[in-house]
Amino acid sequence: MTPLLQGLVTIVLGVGGCIAYFYGANLLLDKVLFPARGPKIGRNITRANMVRPWLFLFPALFVLGLYLAYPVVGSFWRSLYGRDGDSFIGLGNYQALFADETFRTAVVNNLLWVLVVPAAATFFGLIAAQLTDRLSWGNIAKSIIFMPMAISFVGASLIWKFVYANDADIGLINAIRTGLGADEAVDVMQVPFWNNFFLMVILIWIQTGFAMVILSAALRGIPEETVEAAIIDGANPFQIFFRIKVPQIMGTIVVVWTTITFLVLKVFDIVYTMTGGNFGTQILPSYMMSYMFRDDGRATAVAFVIMLIVLPVMVWNILQARKELR
Amino acid sequence: MADLRLKGVGKSYGAVEVLKDIDLDIGTGELVVFVGPSGCGKSTLLRMIAGLEKITAGTLDIDGVAMNDVPPAQRGIAMVFQSYALYPHMSVRDNMAFSLKIARKTRAEIDAAVEKAARMLQLEPYLDRLPKALSGGQRQRVAIGRAIVRDPKVYLFDEPLSNLDAALRVATRIEIAQLKEAMPQSTMIYVTHDQVEAMTLADRIVVLADKRIAQAGPPLELYQRPMTEFVAQFIGSPAMNLLAGEIAEAGEVTRLRLPEGGGTIAADIPTRPDDVGRKVNVGIRPEDMVATDGDDYAYEGRVEIVEALGEVTQLYFERSRPEHDPVIAKLPGVHTGLRGEAVRMTADPARVHLFAEGRSLLWR
Ligand SMILES: Nc1ncnc2c1ncn2[C@@H]1O[C@H](COP(=O)(O)OP(=O)(O)OP(=O)(O)O)[C@@H](O)[C@H]1O
Ligand SMILES: [Mg+2]
Repeated sequence: MTPLLQGLVTIVLGVGGCIAYFYGANLLLDKVLFPARGPKIGRNITRANMVRPWLFLFPALFVLGLYLAYPVVGSFWRSLYGRDGDSFIGLGNYQALFADETFRTAVVNNLLWVLVVPAAATFFGLIAAQLTDRLSWGNIAKSIIFMPMAISFVGASLIWKFVYANDADIGLINAIRTGLGADEAVDVMQVPFWNNFFLMVILIWIQTGFAMVILSAALRGIPEETVEAAIIDGANPFQIFFRIKVPQIMGTIVVVWTTITFLVLKVFDIVYTMTGGNFGTQILPSYMMSYMFRDDGRATAVAFVIMLIVLPVMVWNILQARKELR
Repeated sequence: MADLRLKGVGKSYGAVEVLKDIDLDIGTGELVVFVGPSGCGKSTLLRMIAGLEKITAGTLDIDGVAMNDVPPAQRGIAMVFQSYALYPHMSVRDNMAFSLKIARKTRAEIDAAVEKAARMLQLEPYLDRLPKALSGGQRQRVAIGRAIVRDPKVYLFDEPLSNLDAALRVATRIEIAQLKEAMPQSTMIYVTHDQVEAMTLADRIVVLADKRIAQAGPPLELYQRPMTEFVAQFIGSPAMNLLAGEIAEAGEVTRLRLPEGGGTIAADIPTRPDDVGRKVNVGIRPEDMVATDGDDYAYEGRVEIVEALGEVTQLYFERSRPEHDPVIAKLPGVHTGLRGEAVRMTADPARVHLFAEGRSLLWR
């Protein structure tokens, strides 16, 4: 079968199957299970109407359950088994995790990432949104700031490898150092502790554009009159920005912040590409990747820890987003 | 306490001229109302006084000090916006206190000023609420309160009541009148579309049209002695009828011939002998029209529509030409039986207006 024919068959089967399911199930409900006739006609109609929503929701619920809920349970189950996947070791993987020095480094680093990256990206995004708003060339500036969003994390990391290169002829950082009189190039990626921040800069560089675009739209939504009222009330530009504008878009700021927080908890590519988690830069996702295929039990245990960390942020984010909608 | 003086003020957005040659003196304690058709620049003029728009020509003085380049906060003005413009994230108290906090007043001073304004506007029960938990009328009062706490020399209102429903508008209008009474030293400038607001609140009405001031004066003067056809038709509702006519006899009392559906009437307006034969528009307000059987009449026509409002009845006559506005008469009492009837209308000579080339013959 040619791929074209395959695709066509899939579409016909998929769409046809859906129609057949909805039509058939509905028919079954109305004609066979609770027929709208006979002595119990009233009760039957009521019951059929109670069942019907579930009938229509079932496919979606089933797929969600299969691909979202089951994997959570399945992963947890797998994390209770050892490297070979046959020997049940209870919470052994978790014990080993917490005993592992690298894991603890990863947790601490991850915490740093979660504190710094969303805050910095949101802050710079907000500043960029405000500063570019009234400029004639603001849209060009915005496009440039937004561009990194279109680059993959690995691609971005490669770019920054040049910036951080251990060679004053290639690396920007070392070029600046040399320009300021330093005589030897350093490997930026090996500077203890601070190397974490150099890695974070990459993600901030990428995410600032995202924050800027969303916040810029929110800033535009602020009623102009409130700003004018503040001008008449004597507020200076800083006071207008921080006391009138920012509070009015707080909901959006929180959503942007939490959205970036999720992303931070998922990003492994940057660390993986730049340092491979060496020199004390390990974070949870890259730590997980380092166990993948070697010890799936351990890797799923890390995945589960990550999920537990993300969960509260997620709930908070959903609540905020709902509040925004209202 | 403020004298406001506008001298040759104009506004252009690039090549587009919106206002020009605005000359206006506003005295201390005066309440001046700007009216005019939509888009004539009322808000723009107000915003130039506030300092929110740059003045592109002429000068603005407040108490003799040039204000063109003084920032809004230092002009001694406060502004109340049509959309209220309350800070949505601040309580009523904080909304009112904001300007004082910016000015670094002490806690005690701020509290005293806010409490006083709240008492004046009956806002005390709502001080800790957010604006979204207030009704439109309450929000507007907060906006006014925010202006009051600053104790400005000049209050600027841009259609403050237009977002309120009819009943609330009347109530708030009366509150503003009382407020003015309580603060006789405050100068107020008020923009509105509402005739009744303009007539009842104003010490002086300024009609803006065609980029300029068409006429400025006390409300009744504008009503009784409009300078131009435009002002005559703009003030009063329904608008003044304009009937094509010709001066038949000049003198202390002018006699007019009205060829289109009319006879002859007199007007208490002096004219010169050389005016005889001049084409004029005879202006009669709908409420000045009276039914008559005599031979001196201004207009005769068939009544097409009758609007009985209870206290008055409005008659719309058939148009002689489709492009003309219908002649309207407003008679006291109920006259529902007049539909389809031919009715003859005249007016008291003292209440007839005459316009030649758009300008009133009274003002030459
Ligand atoms: N930024 C601008 N650029 C060009 N023209 C403008 C600008 N702002 C306002 N105008 C024009 O200035 C004129 C006056 O506007 P303004 O808002 O003062 O009218 P207004 O009398 O307050 O009308 P309304 O009664 O509808 O509120 C309008 O014709 C408008 O199109
Ligand atoms: Mg306006």
